[in-house]
Amino acid sequence: MGRKLLTEHINVEGIHTFDVYRKHGGYASVEKALKTMSPEEVVEEVKASGLRGRGGAGFPTGMKWSFLAKPEGKPRYLVCNADESEPGTFKDRYLMEKLPHLLIEGMITSSYALGARTSYIYIRGELLYVLRILEKAIAEAYANGFLGENILGSGYSLDLHVHPGGGAYICGEETALLESLEGKRGNPRNKPPFPAVWGLYGCPTVVNNVESIATVPWIITNTAAEYAKFGIGRSAGTKLISAGGNINKPGVYEIELGVPVEEFIYSDEYCGGIWKGRDMKAVIAGGSSVPILPKELILKTAAGEDRLMTYESLSDGGFATGTMLGSGGFFVMDDQTCIVRHTWTLARFYHHESCGQCSPCREGTGWMEKVLHRIEHGHGHMHDIDLLVSVAKQIEGNTICPLGDAAAWPVAAAVRHFREEFEWHVKHPQAATAPGAVFNKAESVLA
Amino acid sequence: MDQTVEKPQVQFSEGAMAEIRRYLSHYPADRQKSAILPILHIAQAEFGGWVSPEVMDLVAEILNIQPIEVYEVATFYTMFNLKPVGKHVLEVCRTGPCMLRGSDQLIEHLENRLGCKVGETSADGNFTLKTVECLASCGTGPMLQVREQFYENLDPASADQMLEDLKALTVRKPWEENY
Repeated sequence: MGRKLLTEHINVEGIHTFDVYRKHGGYASVEKALKTMSPEEVVEEVKASGLRGRGGAGFPTGMKWSFLAKPEGKPRYLVCNADESEPGTFKDRYLMEKLPHLLIEGMITSSYALGARTSYIYIRGELLYVLRILEKAIAEAYANGFLGENILGSGYSLDLHVHPGGGAYICGEETALLESLEGKRGNPRNKPPFPAVWGLYGCPTVVNNVESIATVPWIITNTAAEYAKFGIGRSAGTKLISAGGNINKPGVYEIELGVPVEEFIYSDEYCGGIWKGRDMKAVIAGGSSVPILPKELILKTAAGEDRLMTYESLSDGGFATGTMLGSGGFFVMDDQTCIVRHTWTLARFYHHESCGQCSPCREGTGWMEKVLHRIEHGHGHMHDIDLLVSVAKQIEGNTICPLGDAAAWPVAAAVRHFREEFEWHVKHPQAATAPGAVFNKAESVLA
Repeated sequence: MDQTVEKPQVQFSEGAMAEIRRYLSHYPADRQKSAILPILHIAQAEFGGWVSPEVMDLVAEILNIQPIEVYEVATFYTMFNLKPVGKHVLEVCRTGPCMLRGSDQLIEHLENRLGCKVGETSADGNFTLKTVECLASCGTGPMLQVREQFYENLDPASADQMLEDLKALTVRKPWEENY
């Protein structure tokens, strides 16, 4: 069993309450930081740990913190991005629901490091029941002197609030999130200025993912040097993986970075293999935005090396033969999965979630959805397949925020690795639209 | 002249107003507009699962902003129903990961059971059937949401049971006792 740093006590009865959480070592990082460390020392410790943002981009958390501007007379804000909406990803929901105090502890220690006096947790609106769990836990933290005025007699004061979104994937993008928190439509802002300079209410702001913030307590309590012992190279520590799709044991697994992908999929400790005794066809390893890989390329790199659950190994080969760790939304497709239909659902998702601000994304996501719809429903043409690639290429890099790229990559990758299946849909529309019909490579060659 | 005539016809209950005041206290005095999404959620729970133009006007009045500022937000975020809905709104996730686990079949089953299509309300007024995009419940699909509750790992039998339970359920508001 790999060592669990975040979720070691997640199944302890009553761990969602302050008293039980505290009994299991909870809030130690707040005591240590506020009583024995300067804010700068906390920032340096997180920097030295090698922790990388767990929301998807993988940007070093400590470095992000060190960019925060500190002008005189302006408040600074820490905002937790709990807008988890990337298809395939459900780890933050699990963490907040089961261990609300871990996130709150992380928010206090991190807010101290950044000099924030008011911090917000922006949670997606669909998770109002988790908002209530967090609000209850926050009230307990206030009652026990860990929030509010003069925390633990340190002279440091902090208010923490939870803010619900309204059902918009785009608000997971940090500047859209800030717009939304200000009470506006979630249209991403042009950068620069970055939130570190011009964030919430025009003040310097850090936006961090739930899992990133929930990792800070372990680092501060046990030191960066101890944390860096876990993982491999620039993929330090552990990562929560949301495992879903056609596997025997879906759920959230905390893995030490570096576990082989094959072990993750097939061992009983994790996914437990493919359901219904079927074979695996493909995997999306880091949330719906990252390129899909067929079985052979997710298990081994193009060079024939074992693929590992790390930022570097999953991206080995670039987009030609690799993918990304992303948010850790790992979903597996069995051999009965229609790649065209699945890609269509993702294209529809991005079309639905495009904020409409940039025309390449607003129009392009709509085109991709329509073209995929007609291929899937037996009305496609051969040139539609290249049209998809062309539209994807024209969205990529031409938008204010990464939603455009996120919409383009899954479509481009599906055509890259499964072109024959798209062609089969065009050539054999009747067979392809029959209920339950799935492309079979061997039979297709014979035909 | 009677001034009350120009005020919105709808009013929040005292319980809802207490919730609204609690949220308003979370934001700086000159940034009260931040509370718009929390208040729209409260409004939707208070006024039968949807927000009418009158309700949006009321929210604008509370926040001391122009009604258009509420309209543009309420129409951007997909959680707010802008038309009347049934007693319960079934929001079925249909994105890729749930599709892999059977959301197409779940939607078909619900359409047959309710006798209405996605986007419609059942004849008895009990259920509005909606599809939504990913609800961060990909390990427990197929699934759907009703207000704040997730119903996960649904199959035809458990979906039927859920419909029966919901029919009998008394809908409470988050600030009411026994919620």
